[in-house]
Amino acid sequence: MSGLRAAVITFPGSNCDRDMADAIEKVSGTAPLRVWHGDADLPDRLDFIALPGGFSYGDYLRCGAIASRSPVMRAVVAAAERGVPVLGVCNGFQVLTESGLLPGALLRNSGIRFVCREVTLTVENTQSLFTAGYEAGQTIRLPVAHHDGNFYADEATLDRLEGEGRVALRYAEDVNGSARGIAGLLNGAGNVLGMMPHPERAIEDAHGGTAGRRLFESAIEGLVSA
Amino acid sequence: MKVRVHVSLKPGVLDPQGRAIHHSLEGLGFTGVNDVRAGRLIELNVDDGTSDASLDEMCRKLLANMVIENYRVEKVAEVAA
Repeated sequence: MSGLRAAVITFPGSNCDRDMADAIEKVSGTAPLRVWHGDADLPDRLDFIALPGGFSYGDYLRCGAIASRSPVMRAVVAAAERGVPVLGVCNGFQVLTESGLLPGALLRNSGIRFVCREVTLTVENTQSLFTAGYEAGQTIRLPVAHHDGNFYADEATLDRLEGEGRVALRYAEDVNGSARGIAGLLNGAGNVLGMMPHPERAIEDAHGGTAGRRLFESAIEGLVSA
Repeated sequence: MKVRVHVSLKPGVLDPQGRAIHHSLEGLGFTGVNDVRAGRLIELNVDDGTSDASLDEMCRKLLANMVIENYRVEKVAEVAA
C-alpha cells in the first residue's frame, strides 16, 4: 500500500502530530508529509489530511479557534470540499467545528475535569471511509484525553445529524456530557470525520489496545482501492 | 477608540465554569446567589472610523462562536485627561 500521499498538519501547540504521522506510516507503509500551519498551500494531489490533537495556540480564545483561521486551514477547507478525506482528532475535531467543516461546538467537559482514560465507544455508522472496517454496533475501546470534548448543537441540529446517520461514534458511557453521547461526527458528504478519542494511540499492542488501527486501515484500503 | 466586546454563552448552553464558580461562592458562605454564568471580555483599541459593520464582522468571524455564544459591542467613551 505504498504511494499514499497523506499530510499531517502541525499548529503551534499540536502535540499528537508525531503519533498521528507514526500511525499513518505504520499502517500505510508511507510516511505522511508534514505541513506547517503557516503554509498557505497544501502539497498537490493529497489523498488524506489529518488534523492532530494538542493545544493549538494554547487554546486561546476557544479551543481550535485560532488554528481554524490559520492560512493552511483555508486550503484544508477547500480540499475537504473537493472530497479529500480529512480526519480531525481531539483538538483536530475542535478545529473542524470552528472552521465550519463540521456543525456544533465542543464545550468544556460537564464534569469540569480533564478526562484522560480509555473509554468504550459504539460504532454507529460503518458507511464512511473511516469506519467501514468496523461492524455496526461494535463496541471498541479507545483512549481520550481532553478538557473540552462536550459536543453541543441545538436539538434540531442533533435530530438532523442523527437522521442523516452522521454520528460515527458514540460514547457507551458518560465521559464528558456530550450531547447524545456524540464522540465522532461526519460531514454531510462523509469525507470529514471529527472525533475526540485518539485512534492513533491504539494501533499496536504496546499501546494497550489496537482498536484504532482499523480506522486507519479502512481509510487507507478505501483510498487505495478507489 | 476603545471597544469592549462582551462574549457570553447563549442561554441553555451548559456552563460548567459558571457552575464551579457558583459552588465556590456558596462554599465561602455567600447566600442568595441564584446562578452564575462566566463569559469573556475582549478590549479592542481600533481606529476612530471603524464601522459598526466591521466590528460586527470581527465578532462573528472570530471573537464569538455563534453556535454557542452571543456578543455585545460596547464603545467606551475616552475619559478627557
